[in-house]
Amino acid sequence: MPEPAVPATNTEPINGREEDLETLQLFVSGLANGCVYGLIALGFVLIYKATEAVNFAQGDFMMIGAFITLGLTNAGYMGLPFWLAAPLAIAIMGVLGYLLDYLVLRHLFGQSQTAVVILTIAIGFVLRFIAGAIWGHEPQTLESPLAVGDFRFGGVVLGFADVAVIVVTFLLTFFLYQFFHRTKLGLAMQAASQNQMAAYYMGIPVRRVQGLIWGLAGMVAGVAGILFASQGAIDPNVGLIGIKAFAAAVIGGFGSLPGALAGGLIVGVIEPFASRYLPAGYSQIAPYALLLFVLVFRPNGLFSQVRTKKV
Amino acid sequence: MGAETLLEIKNLESFYGPIMAIRGVSLSVAKGQIVTVLGANGAGKSTLLKTISGIMDPEKGQIIFEGHEIQGLEPHVIVKRGIVHIPEGREVFPLLTVDQNLSLGAYTRSDKVEIERDRQLVFDYFPILAERRGQEAGTLSGGQQQMLAIGRGLMLRPKIMLLDEPSLGLSPLLVQEIFAILARLNKDQGVTMMLVEQNAGVALDLADMGYVMEIGRIVMDGTAERLSQSDDIKAFYLGHQEQGQRGERRWKRKKTWR
Repeated sequence: MPEPAVPATNTEPINGREEDLETLQLFVSGLANGCVYGLIALGFVLIYKATEAVNFAQGDFMMIGAFITLGLTNAGYMGLPFWLAAPLAIAIMGVLGYLLDYLVLRHLFGQSQTAVVILTIAIGFVLRFIAGAIWGHEPQTLESPLAVGDFRFGGVVLGFADVAVIVVTFLLTFFLYQFFHRTKLGLAMQAASQNQMAAYYMGIPVRRVQGLIWGLAGMVAGVAGILFASQGAIDPNVGLIGIKAFAAAVIGGFGSLPGALAGGLIVGVIEPFASRYLPAGYSQIAPYALLLFVLVFRPNGLFSQVRTKKV
Repeated sequence: MGAETLLEIKNLESFYGPIMAIRGVSLSVAKGQIVTVLGANGAGKSTLLKTISGIMDPEKGQIIFEGHEIQGLEPHVIVKRGIVHIPEGREVFPLLTVDQNLSLGAYTRSDKVEIERDRQLVFDYFPILAERRGQEAGTLSGGQQQMLAIGRGLMLRPKIMLLDEPSLGLSPLLVQEIFAILARLNKDQGVTMMLVEQNAGVALDLADMGYVMEIGRIVMDGTAERLSQSDDIKAFYLGHQEQGQRGERRWKRKKTWR
């Protein structure tokens, strides 16, 4: 049958361009979400590498970081300027991480990993209840200067928050990389995680260094919390995205910092595409399906740092 | 010898889990000397070194270093006093470069200029490390890793080096090379060493003094020269076959430690 071929050829390139733009839009917003997953995954990996324990409260750390910032800066609470509140919140999170290790986890030194894992799950619950008791269970919005306005490039609309999240994540990753490779403390942290015994032999105070790593993981969670809260409302249960971040860390290869970030980005980017192109309901399982795939075909993760020891 | 005593151990007892691994050991190391502790697997040699470096706490007894008791102190405190432990099986940091491994050896120091001078010194003694300085330590060969472990220990500028089986798993040629370097380090730099070995031949060649340990006790001591002349050492550690009048076999002989 003679279809009206002329209009079809006219609209097709336009449709294609719109689809390209939509793809880009999905990609960027996925990237921004992925950065938050990546930062939480970074926290998982930091602590895992240093202490061989998995801190399942890392997502809740992020939530607490977000609420501390909210409590410091929102007009309804303390009303400090955001640029003062943010570094303050990050510092508080660092101290919290250190104290948690110093007061609680160090006493489990030498116990089985299961004990540590269960303890961190319990800590996650406690943090959720504490946050609920202080700030309530209703969703609240952080009054963040990052959350207002958006960029327009051609037809693509990028939330200012999304761009900020991506920029801050990459800056933080760069900073952490420099820290671990250039500074004495960073090297000592790597040493303590690669060979704890040898670190002792070199005179590195291993337990103190591990405490500092918990502090660092707390600070990273604080940054993640601020960025997450800039993207939307928060309530005490948002820490549960830690499970997705855990999947991200495994996909990237537990034990690799760049892997954690990459895993986070992959999970973040997959999500919006899955919800756009897969039937409703299936999109939610996309990150875990990927996790299963990776575990089957590359059990050490995509960017693993596993190397056999020479005798 | 008459040299001043750097390290003295008195009646040390130490447990490895439920096992009493060291049962009242006493020995002393004079400044500038190389002292070797010989013994078979499970004699308690490694436990002895670990107890000195603070990785393990002793049950009883004293460890006196430069006139101060150091037993039971934290490992990093003991390292700061100038005691470095070069562990069995090298234990380098596998994902860090050779350079970074060396830097960590100087972790307790902060004099940057001197640290760089010592790094050059290590490279003088182990030129292969200079060639591989940017390479990850885990990719080095076993011998190179052992050199790195010794070099990393030197970076502390130690008063005494505790060496745990540096010959382990190395070819005889490499063992000769590494022990020659240890001898030079002792002679030129005056590094005092306490060397734990199963390879009694090379150890006695290198050392001034020797102790023999069996199941947690010192059963024999003396100058390295005297020990290498001893019949028991010859039979049980140097592997010299003795042909008795009636074809006496090694496993029939009783150790007398005389």
